[in-house]
Amino acid sequence: MTSTALRGRAWKLLEMVTTPLLPSDYLDLVSPLRAGADLRGRIEAVHPETGDAATIVIRPGRGWRGHTAGQYVRIGVDVDGVRLWRAYSLTSPTNRQDGRVTITVKAIPDGKVSNHLVRRATPGTLIQLDQPTGDFVLPQAKPAKVLYLTAGSGITPVMGMLRDTEFDDVVMVHCAPQPQDVIFRNELHALVEDKKLRLTEVHTDTDGMLDIARLDELVPDWAERETWACGPAGLLDAAEKHWSEHGVPEHLHTERFRPTVVVAGDGGEVTFSATGKTVDADGATPLLDVGEEAGVLMPSGCRMGICFGCTSPLKAGAVRDLRTGEITEAEPGVLIQTCVSAAAGPCDIER
Amino acid sequence: MTAIDPTAHLTAEQIEELGRELDAIRDEVIASRGEKDAAYIRKVISAQRKLELVSRGVLLFSFFPPAWLIGTAGLSVAKIMDNMEIGHNILHGQWDWMRDPKIHSTTWEWDHVSPSDQWKHSHNELHHKYTNVIGKDNDLGYGIMRVDEDQRWHPIHLGQPLWNFINACFFEYGIAAYDLELGKNLHKRRRKNPEFRARAKAVGRKIRKQVLKDYVIHPLLSGPSFLTTLAATFTANLVRNIWSHSVIMCGHFPEGVQVFERRSIKGETRGQWYLRQMMGSANISGSKAMHFMTGNLSHQIEHHLFPDLPSNRYAEVAVKVRALFEKYELEYVTGPLPKQVFSAWHKVFRLSLPNKKPKVKTPDREQELVAA
Ligand code: FES
Repeated sequence: MTSTALRGRAWKLLEMVTTPLLPSDYLDLVSPLRAGADLRGRIEAVHPETGDAATIVIRPGRGWRGHTAGQYVRIGVDVDGVRLWRAYSLTSPTNRQDGRVTITVKAIPDGKVSNHLVRRATPGTLIQLDQPTGDFVLPQAKPAKVLYLTAGSGITPVMGMLRDTEFDDVVMVHCAPQPQDVIFRNELHALVEDKKLRLTEVHTDTDGMLDIARLDELVPDWAERETWACGPAGLLDAAEKHWSEHGVPEHLHTERFRPTVVVAGDGGEVTFSATGKTVDADGATPLLDVGEEAGVLMPSGCRMGICFGCTSPLKAGAVRDLRTGEITEAEPGVLIQTCVSAAAGPCDIER
Repeated sequence: MTAIDPTAHLTAEQIEELGRELDAIRDEVIASRGEKDAAYIRKVISAQRKLELVSRGVLLFSFFPPAWLIGTAGLSVAKIMDNMEIGHNILHGQWDWMRDPKIHSTTWEWDHVSPSDQWKHSHNELHHKYTNVIGKDNDLGYGIMRVDEDQRWHPIHLGQPLWNFINACFFEYGIAAYDLELGKNLHKRRRKNPEFRARAKAVGRKIRKQVLKDYVIHPLLSGPSFLTTLAATFTANLVRNIWSHSVIMCGHFPEGVQVFERRSIKGETRGQWYLRQMMGSANISGSKAMHFMTGNLSHQIEHHLFPDLPSNRYAEVAVKVRALFEKYELEYVTGPLPKQVFSAWHKVFRLSLPNKKPKVKTPDREQELVAA
């Protein structure tokens, strides 16, 4: 017997010993970061960067496959007991010796996860991790000239690149409201001093928003540069237009942050994505009834919110709990009780 | 259905007001659910797992009598924790709000021969919706007992104390059979129903796994302690079964608990539904440890009002619920475990005999209430 087959048998036997749980349920008690466990990480330190941004040092579990500079990672953090998932750019270089990785988080107003990470996260906390992903990355072949165009926390994936790979000719244009809002400012200035980077800071509180036409004056040879841009949609839209108009769109790489605001309304268009049906619903009819009316096969039970027999994945949009008025927004893995939830704006139920 | 309706003094208006007050209690807990609650259930789960590991470890040496005693006691407690405070409550969706896929009603499996999805259907859906409605709620006497004067007496009921005792000893199997609705499905035609067969198969699979683990694998692992480990696991299962049977009997059987007729729930309002839960359930009073070991089903009344609130919050909810009972002049049936168990058993015996004579009964008011 091969050793894998043998190991398979041994594992089967172990499963019999631990039934109805799995061996991993017990192993997680002692070694949550081991190889073969669900991918997790442990927060080892939190370093403040600016008044509202901090770098989180994470030791990923053994299953971590490593990242490419510029990529992001989705992390699951328990905030007030509820597991919430968000994506953050990795800011550590890929060759960091101690195996740790970092993300740098800016607290956004009302941001549950970002505020928790910046202000309340403590070393020792376990978080859930996905493998890193994203194609906002550097190419295999080194470009001769590079431009990084960033604003606000859009600097984070670019910092991952800057720390990871040295280029001969790098220019960065970075926008932030005031000097003290520039994340990684000391490090950037140190790079400038070492002549590894040419930096233009645009302080939007005093200078106003960056007019993309000013690039000609700030970086005269911008059109020849391989450019990575990350920041708010306005900046990226302007950049895409600018690069296209000058006939060099292939030099521009952009990364957009997911828009996070879901405006909860009253009723809306409900999509049952597994069945492919779309119907209009008001803000008072339970989604269970809406679905059944539309001929969708909906699981159900008590129809009064007590049995949890009707839970269904909420893929997009928001729903309102008809008993408490509480709004639930779609996130991967979020299940809702359709018998006591109504559409709060357009939403997508996977049924 | 009792001779005197203990809710007769309430107007429809009052019942709806009561419903609103109960909703407010629920909302308050939901709004304050958070980190502490999450930490609680995680702690309980990890404690249960550690206790089970250690107990099974100790049983490897169970040929040595003190080890047998300690290991058996530990394993019994671990099994009770698994079924009561952890399994029952997670399967109610009490912890779904944490969005932790590992502690979730859709994924949890418990140390019990009834697969959790089947139990969820018969318990969460039928029992909790139709609490104490004769003919709808099979928990009432589990289909094998007469539990109310108004049910017709048959000579077969003479044996019900015995059935009830046997059911207590093999309670998990009783539940599995009950979840399968075995009695009704054993008829020739129903037996062939593919849906029933699939469910029966699932139960078979679960039983095989559970039996293999408890009565073959672990004893074998114990080597020279084979027989003593076998006896220990058997004992632990027996203790767990009798314990959970007792706790559950106390939930709806003690004297003073009302049962309802099918037609009484036609067009029931939210307030009326709440009221039925209040009148159809009974509590067990006692220490914190007592509440913990019953999985907080000692707060059966609160649990039936709010089956999806985290169990660790029932104690604080109970204070408010009890105040509402007093305000609306309703009887809050509660008492210490021995008293409630005795009361429930007494009823089982009494109703195994035909009714003596039509009698008008005044519910005995709970002593604590009088003293208070
Ligand atoms: S059907 Fe029972 S909770 Fe929705």
